[in-house]
Amino acid sequence: MIENQLGFYTLLKKEVMRFWSVLGQTVTAPVITTLLYLLVFAQAMQGRAEIYPGVSYTEFLVPGLVMMTIIQNAFANTSSSLIQSKVMGNLVFLLMAPLGAFEWFAAYILAALVRCAFVAAALLAVTLPFVPLPLHSVGALLAMFMLAGGSLAVFGLIAAIVAQKFDHLAAFTNFFITPLSFLSGVFYSVHALPEFWFKASHLNPFFYMIDGFRYGFFGVADAPIGVSLLWCAGFFVVASAICLWMLVTGYKMRQ
Amino acid sequence: MNAAIEIRGVRKSYGKTLALDGVDFSIRRGEFFGLLGPNGAGKSTLINLMAGLIRLDAGAISILGKGTVRDWRAARMNIGVVPQELVFDPFFNVANMLRIQAGYYGCGRESWPWIDHLLEKLELTGKRDAMMRTLSGGMKRRVLIAQALVHKPPVVILDEPTAGVDVELRRTLWSFMRELHAGGTTVVLTTHYLEEAQEMCERIAILDHGKLQALETTRDLIARHPFRFLSLRLSSGVMPEKLLALKVSEKNGLVELKLPTATHPIGAVLEALRAAGCAVEDIQTREPTLEDIFVELTHD
Repeated sequence: MIENQLGFYTLLKKEVMRFWSVLGQTVTAPVITTLLYLLVFAQAMQGRAEIYPGVSYTEFLVPGLVMMTIIQNAFANTSSSLIQSKVMGNLVFLLMAPLGAFEWFAAYILAALVRCAFVAAALLAVTLPFVPLPLHSVGALLAMFMLAGGSLAVFGLIAAIVAQKFDHLAAFTNFFITPLSFLSGVFYSVHALPEFWFKASHLNPFFYMIDGFRYGFFGVADAPIGVSLLWCAGFFVVASAICLWMLVTGYKMRQ
Repeated sequence: MNAAIEIRGVRKSYGKTLALDGVDFSIRRGEFFGLLGPNGAGKSTLINLMAGLIRLDAGAISILGKGTVRDWRAARMNIGVVPQELVFDPFFNVANMLRIQAGYYGCGRESWPWIDHLLEKLELTGKRDAMMRTLSGGMKRRVLIAQALVHKPPVVILDEPTAGVDVELRRTLWSFMRELHAGGTTVVLTTHYLEEAQEMCERIAILDHGKLQALETTRDLIARHPFRFLSLRLSSGVMPEKLLALKVSEKNGLVELKLPTATHPIGAVLEALRAAGCAVEDIQTREPTLEDIFVELTHD
């Protein structure tokens, strides 16, 4: 699948160097934003009943915030890189190179996961000393990280391929990523919602990403972990199939 | 198989606009080839098709025998394209940009000495650590040329490489291109500076309205032009009407006539002036240039 190995590795390295060169924007800023959410919500909701037995509100909040940051940064990494290349015209360097669709796809997705790993590690490093969390299943954590981060990175690529200017991409962020991530149970358990919104939440793929990630820490969640894994894997497969089709056919890039 | 680039029945449309209409020709290995045409003639579309930047509607293109669709990887390895627009990646410095570009083509550290050579030849050594966004337009153009050459392609396409650049860069570029060409590289050039094409290119294709209008050696193309130009300044007398009909320009009293070589030898023109009582103060002749041929072939 990866015929031009050095080409693939170079693109991956270039994408990592790109976000690394603006670390303040790509890692530090999301960490600070998430810490502010934690500070505000933990203070405001202090003293509320435990969400799950033995799990305080602040403990409940941290994994959700980490996953929300992963979702937003995975999307931002691939989408901003590709749209900048399209708008500035330097995409021709990639389009002319002997790089196949899967090599592009894998390099962009892996680079986004590297960024997400840095952001998640930084967030956990600064929150864990104040909010210690149990660790129920490393496998579930890693699986949810890879599937959720990967899915949103793929979705970011699709959005940047479809978008012709920055405004189009902002519409994806404002009308899709932000509302769905805020309405996914980051700040509350969906069991606290009225029945309609409880059911509606179960149609939101971000809910399963956050819920499954939380399961990795506490061993309890709003939905069974198997269902969350299936939803995330399904989202990843469908998004990847669409994205690879776009890359193979040159949709909106090689017209 | 002697062709560096083989173009067969190529058609390409953008919506209802037909950009290329059945273009068919070959560029020989080791040739210095000019691809000319007015704006909108289809030159950049043809180059984009060769580079794999856009998709063919019909026909086929191969680079050193490798089809740009079926053997696209090999075809892209065989070609280096200097794009017309000054595009760059603002996140990297010059040396990193070139190493990244080499990496895309599967060239690792072993290509670094060649990259250093390119930097030296294009007078970029002092800018190797400069960020791309800080470079002047001319410097960015040099980096674009280096980027096209990092993988040592046997076929190089330069899409208006001297548009808006200073004399020094032109001299540097042409000297380096001559060196590459002498080493066996096939060079394809598009330019609006026709004197450059006349000087550098062995053969020239002229495209207009998406069709091939001419494909000949530069010498034959100029030789087939059935005119020559005569400039005259009269000290007295009035130029006869039949000669004024041949006037193409007048500047500072110097009248330029375009004379069909078969019917208007210069001796006959001078005889006609004498017969009309005109005294000639100054006289100059010039042979047609590529620009005259170009205008002749592409005017509507």
